[in-house]
Amino acid sequence: MRNSGAVGIFARRHHHHPLEALPWLAAVAAYFAFPSYLPLGAQILATILFALSADLVLGYAGIVTLGQAAFFGAGAYTAGLLAAHGWGEPVSGLLAGAVVAALIGLLSGIVILRTTGLTLLMLTLVVASMLYEAVNKASWLTGGDDGLQGMQVWPIFGWFRFDLFGRTAYCYCLIVLFLCWLAVRRMVHSPFGRSLVGIRENIRRMHAIGAPVARRRLVVYTISAALAGASGVLIAQTTGFVGLTFLGLDRSGSVLIMLIIGGVGRLYGAFIGVPLYMIAQDRFSEIDPVYWYFWIGLLMVVVVVFARGGVLGLFERFWRWTR
Amino acid sequence: MDEVNTPALETVGLQKSFGALTVANAVDFRLERGARHALIGPNGAGKTTFVELVTGALRPNAGQIRLDGADITHLPQASRVKRGLVRTFQITALFRRLSILENVTLAICERQGIGGGLFRPAGHHPAAIEEAYLLLERLGLEDEALRPVNMLAYGRQRLVEIAVSLALSPEVLLLDEPAAGVPSGESGTIIEVIERLPSDIALLIIEHDMDLVFRVAQRITVLVQGSVLAEGPPEEIARDPEVRRVYLGERGPA
Repeated sequence: MRNSGAVGIFARRHHHHPLEALPWLAAVAAYFAFPSYLPLGAQILATILFALSADLVLGYAGIVTLGQAAFFGAGAYTAGLLAAHGWGEPVSGLLAGAVVAALIGLLSGIVILRTTGLTLLMLTLVVASMLYEAVNKASWLTGGDDGLQGMQVWPIFGWFRFDLFGRTAYCYCLIVLFLCWLAVRRMVHSPFGRSLVGIRENIRRMHAIGAPVARRRLVVYTISAALAGASGVLIAQTTGFVGLTFLGLDRSGSVLIMLIIGGVGRLYGAFIGVPLYMIAQDRFSEIDPVYWYFWIGLLMVVVVVFARGGVLGLFERFWRWTR
Repeated sequence: MDEVNTPALETVGLQKSFGALTVANAVDFRLERGARHALIGPNGAGKTTFVELVTGALRPNAGQIRLDGADITHLPQASRVKRGLVRTFQITALFRRLSILENVTLAICERQGIGGGLFRPAGHHPAAIEEAYLLLERLGLEDEALRPVNMLAYGRQRLVEIAVSLALSPEVLLLDEPAAGVPSGESGTIIEVIERLPSDIALLIIEHDMDLVFRVAQRITVLVQGSVLAEGPPEEIARDPEVRRVYLGERGPA
């Protein structure tokens, strides 16, 4: 059949662009350039995965959520409990945490995804709060307010011990993030991913072209929960600690802020917003330990007022303007 | 069942009320195979409600909807689309920030049942994309295939609206005011496209534009306050004194 220009361009959209190598080159370079910051680096990488999970539901499927920390915390507590009770193998802990988070996403999604908009936003908040209180209440198991004590995380594959300098942690987080990014990237370019964009753009039309909208939303919600869970596991395993803050509203909120700073629905917003936010947080808290959140707030206001679409939105406009 | 006499679409005693307001009152309606049928009526007559009931966006309080003789009253919207019952929207409802080609490709992917595929990139389904492009060529939209819908003139958007519905291979196509909001100079293109639609598609046009109705329709149903007031061939409807009084007024065709 004929293959006109438009069809060809359209069919090649999922091909890798050289610019997409940039975050990975930067991550590898950072490993060598800032050896004393690797523990922070590992946290940043794990949090990028968390923001990526939020981008999938919010940026692609248009599901506004304030409950992403529920899945993050569920993953972290799963791996944490395993490691505190004699199973510290990290990779199986990672998988277990992702599966438990996915199950919670699936079960809560079946109930709450019947709604949309503000109602759904409230319900995501409710699910996260319920989980928070349940974990708080079950202090005999989870340590409640004090956090989970006594995690013993084994070396990866019995070989790579988690060291004090965070070298293993950094590489572990980088590899997991890379694999998850590959999967997410593939997904957003698949017909499924495009149909999510369709749901975001016009849900009535998606119904009218015969798409099973409810099922699609549930699938992406579950996948996103699994990724958020994996991210929680990474932080738990690399810091050796899980506490109630893993499930808090703060965490659900701050991940959205990071994503918005970077740019929503563009796959790479997480890779820009998270490092910006976390490095700024690290610097500000050193310069101004009490009021650092004020400066973060100011940064946020500037982005929302002057850079709709986040940093990536700015780049896009600049790129269009130069052509 | 007799193949020839089974209508493409049929409603029996279709009833819908919102509180005290009855918007569909025992509507009996037949759309024959390959028909060119228009549904007209004053504002608030319940025309769009009728479309929503038939396509499954609204649930009727009573009555039955049959597609090709089969009862579809309780089927979800998506299953009706799969059976060939397709609509367009009175107010353009497209994926505004996506290109025309993507708007149509999304519909084709759903029709082919590949819309839920998670791993293979959309670009690796060349048959779907090429089919979408051919459809754009048929409607004269191919030059703008990669432009986002919100960059198009409204008349062109109305054509995309029709393109998306055709991508679903409809057997019954409900066109909800296809020329609404289009400057009169451009409505000609839309009428031409409608006239050229394959003759095996049963067409129901909900329309205010009487030029369009009398040019395209072979049969007209007049809906007033949720009830069928009259039905018949265009000449008969144009002469009907009751119809002229409540609806056509002095605007009837010359």
